[in-house]
Amino acid sequence: MGALETHRAIDAVWRIESARVIAGLARIVRDVGLAEELAQDALVVALERWPETGIPANPGAWLMATAKHRAIDTLRRNRLVERKHEELGHALAERERATPDLAAALDDDVGDDLLRLVFTCCHPVLSAEARVALTLRMLGGLSTDEIARAFLVPEPTVAQRIVRAKRTLAEKNVPFEVPRGAELAARLSSVLAVVYLVFNEGYSATAGVDWVRPALCEDALRLGRILAGLLPAEPEVHGLVALMEIQASRIPARVGPTGEPILLPDQNRTLWDRLLIRRGLAALARAEALGGARGPYALQAAIAACHARAATAAATDWTRIAGLYATLADVTPSPVVELNRAVAVGMAHGPAAGLALADALLAEPLLESYHLLPSVRADLLAKLGRAGEARAEYLRAARLTRNARERRLLEERAAQLAAGT
Amino acid sequence: MRVMMIVKATKDSEAGVMPGEPMLTDMMKFNEELTKAGVLLDLGGLKPSSKSARVRFSGSQRTVIDGPFAETKELIAGFWLLQVKSLEEAIEWAKRCPCPYDASDGDIEIRPLFDMSDFPEANAETLARANQIDQKIGR
Repeated sequence: MGALETHRAIDAVWRIESARVIAGLARIVRDVGLAEELAQDALVVALERWPETGIPANPGAWLMATAKHRAIDTLRRNRLVERKHEELGHALAERERATPDLAAALDDDVGDDLLRLVFTCCHPVLSAEARVALTLRMLGGLSTDEIARAFLVPEPTVAQRIVRAKRTLAEKNVPFEVPRGAELAARLSSVLAVVYLVFNEGYSATAGVDWVRPALCEDALRLGRILAGLLPAEPEVHGLVALMEIQASRIPARVGPTGEPILLPDQNRTLWDRLLIRRGLAALARAEALGGARGPYALQAAIAACHARAATAAATDWTRIAGLYATLADVTPSPVVELNRAVAVGMAHGPAAGLALADALLAEPLLESYHLLPSVRADLLAKLGRAGEARAEYLRAARLTRNARERRLLEERAAQLAAGT
Repeated sequence: MRVMMIVKATKDSEAGVMPGEPMLTDMMKFNEELTKAGVLLDLGGLKPSSKSARVRFSGSQRTVIDGPFAETKELIAGFWLLQVKSLEEAIEWAKRCPCPYDASDGDIEIRPLFDMSDFPEANAETLARANQIDQKIGR
């Protein structure tokens, strides 16, 4: 096997194994930052040795064992942390005694350790950006560079974010554990928010040139599916997966031949990925079977499912969608939900009804720089024949969006109204 | 990217002989691993070729040929559809599959799928045609 091939194979192994290795080490050393460093050290050794020896039969176990030995070596050499070494030595010795079969031990605890890692990376003591960066790094196996490119920030910024996040976790003595009881729901909510944030950045990019970045959606979907496997009894996890699968099904239809955005009413539905729709509907059914029909993600997934079931835009059950938004507004009231409800009501009961709801949001401070409010108003005004006002709103929306493709789409709509088309 | 991982038939699978217990459990665990890793999209096992048919295309002629078919080693017996970052990742997963070939050597084949980004012109054409159809049905 050539050197390049081996490196690519090692990359693949890292993508499959790194989260588990980091999680397992974190349980032993009780420090996520240190755990990742140890795992990276083991990767370096793998990159040196495996081109000669070939990839071992159980690469995960090899990386884990190597990392643990490095941990002991490092701590032995560093007299300043002799006490920690003793503790670590004891902890390791105890684990060695209790779990002679490393592979079996890894299997038993892997799920729990991964969950601990998930909740730690998404801990509320960290900023939203830090949680995203740490989660993508530790659980997604993305490099700092990949994360930087995904969010269009410079790589040193991401690197700093991760360094600071690890330091914060250590300084605040954040325990490496899965929250329990009442705390679990809130903490889970923050985990799901991180995953959905990543998905959204790929589905409807907030900045930059490309409207859609499918690789990010794939990363988020993978994380979501992993979570569904770790927390199979949590309906909102399945709800989120359902939402992402169904939204992702539309990606092939979302972008035109020259990269321009194609919005839902205009999409070629034969391009929708039916496999993902099927998976999404199955995940939604699981969420509902677990009693989670009123969960926010399940509700949003149910709305997405309404679109998925409509063979054409005209066949969409807007009344049902409007009803689902009303329930969502009840469960998680927010101006954005209300705006989406305005769209649905406009489709179900006519543009005047929709505009009445949208107008009520003009005073909402949270939506002040939200480009979709003027965009929605523009659409409704146009349908009511108020072309001049509609055009002004499209231009206002174009000024507010940070995405170049979307700006162009909005400007074109304004231009079409001026030309009287 | 998506890949299809393909397992070929064996004398046993063609004879309708179900795999034994250790194999069934190992395969189930492997499928669970794929699921837990978030890479499994779909999977399926194909019935023996004795239950199948072929439509032979020869010029404008169409003939139906009933199974079973002789070339066991070339017949597809099962497949997985995976979502992976690279072909190398799929290869790594394939290596972890419990060996489906008892008696002799065999391959698990990994075939990447085309996706929409491979056909930018076709997209434009399909879209135009779909819009025409939409207009006809008065969308």
